[in-house]
Amino acid sequence: MRVALFATCLGDTLFPGAVRATLRVLERLGCTVEFPPGQTCCGQMHTNTGYHEQAVPAVRSFVAAFEGYDHVVAPSGSCVGSIRHQHDIVAERGGDRKLSEAVGRVSPHVYELSEFLVDVLGVTDVGAYFPHRVTYHPTCHSLRMLRVGDKPRRLLSEVRGIRLLELPEAEQCCGFGGTFALKNPDVSVAMGADKTRHVRETGAEVLCASDSSCLMHMGGLLDRQREGIRTMHLAEILAGTEEDR
Amino acid sequence: MSGVDLGMPTFPDAARQAVRDAQLRHNLGRATSTIRNKRAAVVDELDDWEQLRASGAAIKAHTLSRLDTYLERFEAAVTAAGGTVHWARDAAEANRIVTELVRETGETEAVKVKSMATQEIGLNEALASAGISAWETDLAELIVQLDEDRPSHILVPAIHRNRSEIREIFRREMAGSGTPAPADLTDDPVQLAEAARHHLREKFLRANVAISGANFAVAETGSLVVVESEGNGRMCLTMPDNLISVVGIEKLVPSWRDLEVFLQLLPRSSTGERMNPYTSVLSGVTEGDGPSNFHVVLLDNGRSEALADEVGSQALRCIRCSACLNVCPVYERAGGHAYGSVYPGPIGAVLTPQLYGVESEDTASLPYASTLCGACYDVCPVAIEIPELLVHLRNRTTRERKGWFDRLTGTAMRGLGWVFGDSKRLGRAQRIASLGGRLFGRRGIGRLPWPMSRWTDARDAPAPAPESFRQWWERNRTGSGDER
Repeated sequence: MRVALFATCLGDTLFPGAVRATLRVLERLGCTVEFPPGQTCCGQMHTNTGYHEQAVPAVRSFVAAFEGYDHVVAPSGSCVGSIRHQHDIVAERGGDRKLSEAVGRVSPHVYELSEFLVDVLGVTDVGAYFPHRVTYHPTCHSLRMLRVGDKPRRLLSEVRGIRLLELPEAEQCCGFGGTFALKNPDVSVAMGADKTRHVRETGAEVLCASDSSCLMHMGGLLDRQREGIRTMHLAEILAGTEEDR
Repeated sequence: MSGVDLGMPTFPDAARQAVRDAQLRHNLGRATSTIRNKRAAVVDELDDWEQLRASGAAIKAHTLSRLDTYLERFEAAVTAAGGTVHWARDAAEANRIVTELVRETGETEAVKVKSMATQEIGLNEALASAGISAWETDLAELIVQLDEDRPSHILVPAIHRNRSEIREIFRREMAGSGTPAPADLTDDPVQLAEAARHHLREKFLRANVAISGANFAVAETGSLVVVESEGNGRMCLTMPDNLISVVGIEKLVPSWRDLEVFLQLLPRSSTGERMNPYTSVLSGVTEGDGPSNFHVVLLDNGRSEALADEVGSQALRCIRCSACLNVCPVYERAGGHAYGSVYPGPIGAVLTPQLYGVESEDTASLPYASTLCGACYDVCPVAIEIPELLVHLRNRTTRERKGWFDRLTGTAMRGLGWVFGDSKRLGRAQRIASLGGRLFGRRGIGRLPWPMSRWTDARDAPAPAPESFRQWWERNRTGSGDER
């Protein structure tokens, strides 16, 4: 199956390990992965901060890069949520009918990683091995924009050697919220402090999620607290196999 | 801005103080988690909740789309039933009408229930300046009024107070406005309720004027519906001879039958109860039963303007259940006062800027007081798409505001938008960033200059990767290698 990989601007620039892991999982499952070089960003930061007009160039570059692919996969629930639910709003605000039509053609083909694996490939056992104590934070946009439900957890529960630990108040937001983290740092950190407290309570060595952005916030707090708890993207756990050891 | 919201700090500034208040954080965390768990349990009982929710949304959306028709129908029905309808364009007009109506009775005090709309317009203050005392009779409203405080929650206005704080307020303040608290009052809830009951009973028996709000106004019959848990609403609506109700124009429902939907949605969403304890319906004047002098003041105060906004008008569906507050992680930490309005939480963040505009810093900061986590939409009994509205209002804010900081942010966003418009530009920016990344190695960054210090004050920041994914792909998969 031919798949276009959308690295996301954050993954591309700050967390390329999560993107390479996504590539690895997809190739191991037999996909032919392409990286359309014209891709940049989904424009979510602009859109959610209220700069819809300034998000138009990103939306334009996105549809130009991915038009024509049946399957576009991104390791981010948040970016995929923005593509599916906001690109039409941005295109409309930009007043470009052609762009609106292109958005309508492209966005239904875009999948978050766990959706693609479970719904399209029909796989929950991806052949991964990860002998560690892990707790999973279901990120808000995966949960409430994309409604991925327990797909990430189903994927994790099939990983050999893993010990999945229940995160208390798991569905409550971690406090990242994009530019919210900068505009309202006090509330953002207060929410993050409660979230990382729950992570500590589980006794996990690894905090896993499907969005590098949320992990950047929670990981930044855990690192500052010198907790010795690692953050890993879902793809990074799914990428490891027994042969790697 | 209305009289009650003058000169509030912005949300981030107010929230900064609130998150440092350990007592407040504890009270809020405990109270909101209790109510939201109760709500979740009783909502899960119903197989048809999603249908009820869709019906609630549809009825409200329909009513709002023909609001002029239903308002006139309501006026005709109230008039036919012996009441009088007044129309108030804004807070000043509503306050003037109510003050005049109280004066006509010759009374100098009034008991109050369902006070949200009257708080929105600052009625108590307006009445006070006309020499009229208005007594709040809802227990939590009483606590707030005695303490000269502001409500911080739609359903539980004193949610920021725990019982020992309430005991102090009662002992200190009750004597100043009527029956004092017993000298040996403890913080036992039964004793506190008893003290409030004695204090309020005296006022109920004396009062000849009541001022109320309403949960619903039925156009078909001209009925006002007051939904409450303490019986104080029943007292206010039946005992005094004069009743003045201040009702927002969005409270209309077309027919009596529509209440079937809302009287299921509201208690389960609001207090987490299957059925509401006291539901009072007042349909005009009946000889020898309830008030003989009945007035309804229909309040606009910015609602028509909100109604004109295609996306924003959804907010007017709100039935003030407060489920969105109880589930909101931002509200849980910041508390209601940080929103600087009688309408706090997610619904306040979309309602207040629409009622008052985004000209001032404080209202303009409200659409940004959310992580867009979406929990509010999931619990909203009338399916208001609060996250979408927040983003919509953020867009309005960026277009209407022209301060220096707004311009600076706009320029930065345009610059970044330009970079994201072309992968070659992004690639160049990444190569510059990765140089910095190599400098830092893979360690986290502990301190960055403003504005990124807002991140690094409490969190480490990741260093840019020494090699972006794009560079890695070019080096490993395209055969062309790094094009530098």
